[in-house]
Amino acid sequence: MSLGLYLLVGFIKSFIIINVYLVVFAYTVWAERKVLGHIQNRWGPTKVGPFGLLQPIADGVKLLFKEDMTPPFVYQPIFTIAPVLALVMSLMSVAVIPIAPALHLFGYDIPMQVTDINIGLLFILGVTSIGVYGIALAGWSSNSKYAMLGGLRASAQMISYEASLGLSLIGVLIMSGSFSLQEIVHQQEGFFWGFIPNWNIFRGQFFGFFLYIIAAYAETNRVPFDLPEAESELGGGYHTEYSSMKWSMFFMAEYHNMITVACLATLLFLGGWSGPVIGPPILHTLLPLAWFCLKVAFFLFIYIWVRGTMPRFRYDQLMAFGWKVLLPLAILNVVVTAFFVAWFS
Amino acid sequence: MPENYYIRYLPLVLHLVAALLIALPVLVLTTLIGRRKKFAQKMQAYECGITPTGDTRGRFSVKFYLVGMLFILFDVEAVFLYPWAIILKELKMFGFWEMLVYIGVVLVGFFYIVKKGAIDWGETARVSVENV
Amino acid sequence: MELVLFWVFAAICIGGAINLLAQKHPINSALSLVVVMASLAVEYLLLGAEFVAAVQVIIYAGAIMVLFIFVIMLLNAGEEPHGGKTSLVAKLVGLPALGILAVMLVWALTAQAGGSVAVAGAEPGPPQVIARLLFNDFLLPFEVTSVLVLIAIMGAVVLAAPLQPHHAAKILAAQAGEGGQS
Repeated sequence: MSLGLYLLVGFIKSFIIINVYLVVFAYTVWAERKVLGHIQNRWGPTKVGPFGLLQPIADGVKLLFKEDMTPPFVYQPIFTIAPVLALVMSLMSVAVIPIAPALHLFGYDIPMQVTDINIGLLFILGVTSIGVYGIALAGWSSNSKYAMLGGLRASAQMISYEASLGLSLIGVLIMSGSFSLQEIVHQQEGFFWGFIPNWNIFRGQFFGFFLYIIAAYAETNRVPFDLPEAESELGGGYHTEYSSMKWSMFFMAEYHNMITVACLATLLFLGGWSGPVIGPPILHTLLPLAWFCLKVAFFLFIYIWVRGTMPRFRYDQLMAFGWKVLLPLAILNVVVTAFFVAWFS
Repeated sequence: MPENYYIRYLPLVLHLVAALLIALPVLVLTTLIGRRKKFAQKMQAYECGITPTGDTRGRFSVKFYLVGMLFILFDVEAVFLYPWAIILKELKMFGFWEMLVYIGVVLVGFFYIVKKGAIDWGETARVSVENV
Repeated sequence: MELVLFWVFAAICIGGAINLLAQKHPINSALSLVVVMASLAVEYLLLGAEFVAAVQVIIYAGAIMVLFIFVIMLLNAGEEPHGGKTSLVAKLVGLPALGILAVMLVWALTAQAGGSVAVAGAEPGPPQVIARLLFNDFLLPFEVTSVLVLIAIMGAVVLAAPLQPHHAAKILAAQAGEGGQS
């Protein structure tokens, strides 16, 4: 494949996956409202389209036509850049996520991800850590008390849990011996003892899985760790002074990060696209993709379920939990996993 | 397929361009459409409808700074663990022991933090100041 | 191709560095530094050091610069005044120093242009290569960094730890004493 064609294919894949992300984002919001509605014994959106399915589009149009207000007291350049930074960084991490095995098309092997790099997992961690700027800068540049407190809280919370997040992934790295997400998924194919899937969650990373999920919930500022936007005390938190599409960029970034977390949990712990594949060749292409989407949808559902169930932490509880409970447990997980892997290899 | 490894990273640059192609037009569109109406109350900072008082840029707890520093240190620890994790199967028990020493030393620092109360927020921290 | 990318990102890097110095607002300077860090990561990538590039982003751009931003947020740092009179010492010492630095740079570049310099373990490759080097050949330096991290943790806590009750009592007593005298 020539370089030009290679880059063109890459760009097309980027374009497709980004648009898929936007659609998934829209329908995650719809699903969230619907599921939360049913948890709270109401209907959720029903008016726009069948089952309220067109609601996200209506919301999008509404947000676009809202007044884009830049208050006079903000620090203008950073105030404008911050939402773009948050959104772009949330879209960057999807580039290395493989959603299905490589596709054979016109005689080429086309990997079903924008690009497969040796340091895929580290790339996602790096992009996530840069994503903190979007929130910290939004809070700071707004020059408003709620936004400032929300931004400070959010960034302190995100960096606190980022340490645990990084450490919780080390168990998986020990099992797979590679940073490439393709490679990590390939390691998890097949079965042991004849019937249990060879997924990391069943291969001793059960504990690491929960550490990852907890740290990732805090990292994406979701319930029960949604202190930064605790509406009863801080208004909207870091995006208090934002309106219209700039506000929705933060909203999109939050949901994109949720989807990335769900994808990563699927790839690292639940074997990615692996699952029973039967039938004609066309199904061999489509079923892995379906398995992947199903697993991601499952994680997104858990996100919503948790939101409908859990109360919010207090800030001192949040910090104490992150540093005094999660971090030591993550280190313990590393040591125990390392001992067993080193002993039996 | 390209044989140079760095070619694999080029699509990431294009991906950044694609992401910006989504974000920037949205930013421009939203400033172009949508009605604008300014009045004094709207131009105030939002503080639940009460007229804002005081300065935003007050002084904040030094705890935030401490959390930032501790994060760097534990991030450095985690970064050392990454390359170790992917070759542990080659290093075998030798690798386990060398990392146990490393983690042990860092854990001493961790217990020091906990005992000093450096990560106590709220209740516990308040009590220790009130007891003065 | 490689060379073009190198020059593009080198230009971004130097542009970011100059912008860092030229900006008046500390937050703009901090963000320029993030740009410098990120473009350095790309340069590492072009050298074949994938892992180092990732670490550059995670540690420098992701952790250390966040601390910078925190400090700017916490200290309420505003625009700093530029211009006005520069001190005589700065002119007398700075300009010759700049000249010496430039000469040294030119000398270093021309002297080493011919032969390439091989550094221990500088072969490009996947992260496994650097991992093998780090945990076999450079084991002692690696273990020593753990002591370094420990010292840094203690330093951070000593500098920014919450007030211990007995210290607070002393400070309060001292303040009361001063108040009485004045």
